[in-house]
Amino acid sequence: MVPLTWYLVVATGLFCIGLVGALIRRNAVGILMGIELMLNAVNLNLLAFWRYISAAKMDGQAFAIIVITVAAAEAAVGLALILAVYRQRHTINVPELDLMSG
Amino acid sequence: MQQVIFIMLSLLTLGAALMVVTSRSLFRSALWLILSFAGIAALYILLEAEFLAVVQVLVYIGAIATLIIFAIMLSRNVMASDEARFNNQWRLVVGFGALLFVALAAIVTQIPWPVNVQAVPPDAIQQLGAGFVGPYVIPFEVASILLVAALIGAIIVARERE
Repeated sequence: MVPLTWYLVVATGLFCIGLVGALIRRNAVGILMGIELMLNAVNLNLLAFWRYISAAKMDGQAFAIIVITVAAAEAAVGLALILAVYRQRHTINVPELDLMSG
Repeated sequence: MQQVIFIMLSLLTLGAALMVVTSRSLFRSALWLILSFAGIAALYILLEAEFLAVVQVLVYIGAIATLIIFAIMLSRNVMASDEARFNNQWRLVVGFGALLFVALAAIVTQIPWPVNVQAVPPDAIQQLGAGFVGPYVIPFEVASILLVAALIGAIIVARERE
């Protein structure tokens, strides 16, 4: 069986890639994709810990399902916001959305 | 054997994730994102969480990735690839991300995790379903309220105003 730390290192890599993507993309949809990658890394961590530490109980899987639900809600609201912003400003490039910067 | 499959799947997932972040066209990013989600689903199967793998395919590939592609296509000029894709602090952020990865990887490999590998019960999915109407009923209901709120909120935010 694969050691637990391998999963943790892969999840760490995925989280860092997602974080970098969320911070460097100019486009709001690109930022959202980075956030989705980070949420996936968290879920991979949760399931790896579930499998290697408490596989007899279902707590880890239940937690992961709740995280997926929150991710789906977040994606729906985020994309609705992006469409609303696009309708008003005709751009979704985050550096150009400077309404609140003095 | 499992190690080889794991390494191939994780290389696929991480490579696709890298392409998501660096791809010039946002639409291609979304397609790479689907591949990355599929790699994660395969890793879930390797972890013997078959139900979560199905949920991953249904929710992430079937719903979230489709929604993202919709948003890309509904907003003009994101398909154009001539303008800059990164903001001007990307060098700093990539350095910080690499540093964070090294630090976190060092931490997770150093900690002696209390690993206790047990067999997954044969009725795992049944237990999960019973759990959602038993001990986890409060988080389950909160998640449903959250979903309804997000549904209504998304409609109100995205609707066209005269």
